Amino acid sequence: MAKVKEAMHRLQENTGAGLDRKGKLLAVIGDEDTCVGFLLGGVGEINKNRQPNFMVVDKNTAVGEIEDTFKRFIKRDDIDIILINQNVAEMIRHVIDSHTQPVPSVLEIPSKDHPYDASKDSILRRARGMFNPEDIH
Amino acid sequence: MSGKDRLPIFPSRGAQMLMKSRLAGAQKGHGLLKKKADALQMRFRMILGKIIETKTLMGEVMKEAAFSLAEAKFATGDFNQVVLQNVTKAQIKIRSKKDNVAGVNLPVFESYQDGTDTYELAGLARGGQQLAKLKKNYQRAVKLLVELASLQTSFVTLDEVIKITNRRVNAIEHVIIPRIERTLAYIISELDELEREEFYRLKKIQDKKKIAKAKTEAQRLANIEAGKHVDAANMLDEGDEDLLF
Repeated sequence: MAKVKEAMHRLQENTGAGLDRKGKLLAVIGDEDTCVGFLLGGVGEINKNRQPNFMVVDKNTAVGEIEDTFKRFIKRDDIDIILINQNVAEMIRHVIDSHTQPVPSVLEIPSKDHPYDASKDSILRRARGMFNPEDIH
Repeated sequence: MSGKDRLPIFPSRGAQMLMKSRLAGAQKGHGLLKKKADALQMRFRMILGKIIETKTLMGEVMKEAAFSLAEAKFATGDFNQVVLQNVTKAQIKIRSKKDNVAGVNLPVFESYQDGTDTYELAGLARGGQQLAKLKKNYQRAVKLLVELASLQTSFVTLDEVIKITNRRVNAIEHVIIPRIERTLAYIISELDELEREEFYRLKKIQDKKKIAKAKTEAQRLANIEAGKHVDAANMLDEGDEDLLF
């Protein structure tokens, strides 16, 4: 029985189910507390080139720097999901809006001192035309 | 677009048959594509509803997580730098699978635990309970966010595909089918014209024949009148020599 199960599992892995066998990462761009929280949750990784998959944004961080990091995360093929604080996303909105590929998907999350505003979200703004605005809140 | 926009084809019965079958094919394809668009649209609406639901839930989960972070900080003291500096390997990773909706591949993300906790010993001195709670809360947030990410990715992909499908449906409905119909109308009108011409020609020949017949009849009657009796030719007398072998 165990043998059959193992064979099934291998079959599944060889065919459709796992196109990319290797697990992908989440990336985080956000303020210190958001980053620390998710790192404690266990998403952080530093690869062989000492490149972290997270970026701490404080009030001294230049917008260009955030843009560069975001673009670098998009180019990395081991990242599938990018989490970004909504207030940070606001700063680089044009870059986020120009990213139209489905993968990596960019998720805007609320930060500690900025509550979530659905009307600013790139995805929900696209959904606006199809749904009533009051449904979103 | 004028009424002259039609396929360049010679008007004949064969071409008419060809056009008819093409029209039937185009209509069938239009129906199928319409069905596909409807199926995608249905799925799209469902995903949209789920996204909005999950986004609201995410707000609450993130608030809770941020609150437990504050709690842990209060109990343990500031550990931000320690955490930021001690990153090594990711513990939570993402697997992606493919989900098929009406011939469209939608990626589905799934998070899984890989390896051990890097911060196992964090909060050993004090505040361990708060830290454990904090980790649990953030792991829950990650799980929810991964779910949200697959919904969002499906949303983007479906949006794209629906646009393409609708464009095709409209192209078939408003360009291809009218063009084929115009071509068919043209062929039919040309064929009708040919038929009329043919009919007229036949009529003309008949008239000519009638006139000729009347002429010979008149000639014959005139001959009889004049007393010249002309025997009708003997049918049996073929007028050729017998063949002997």
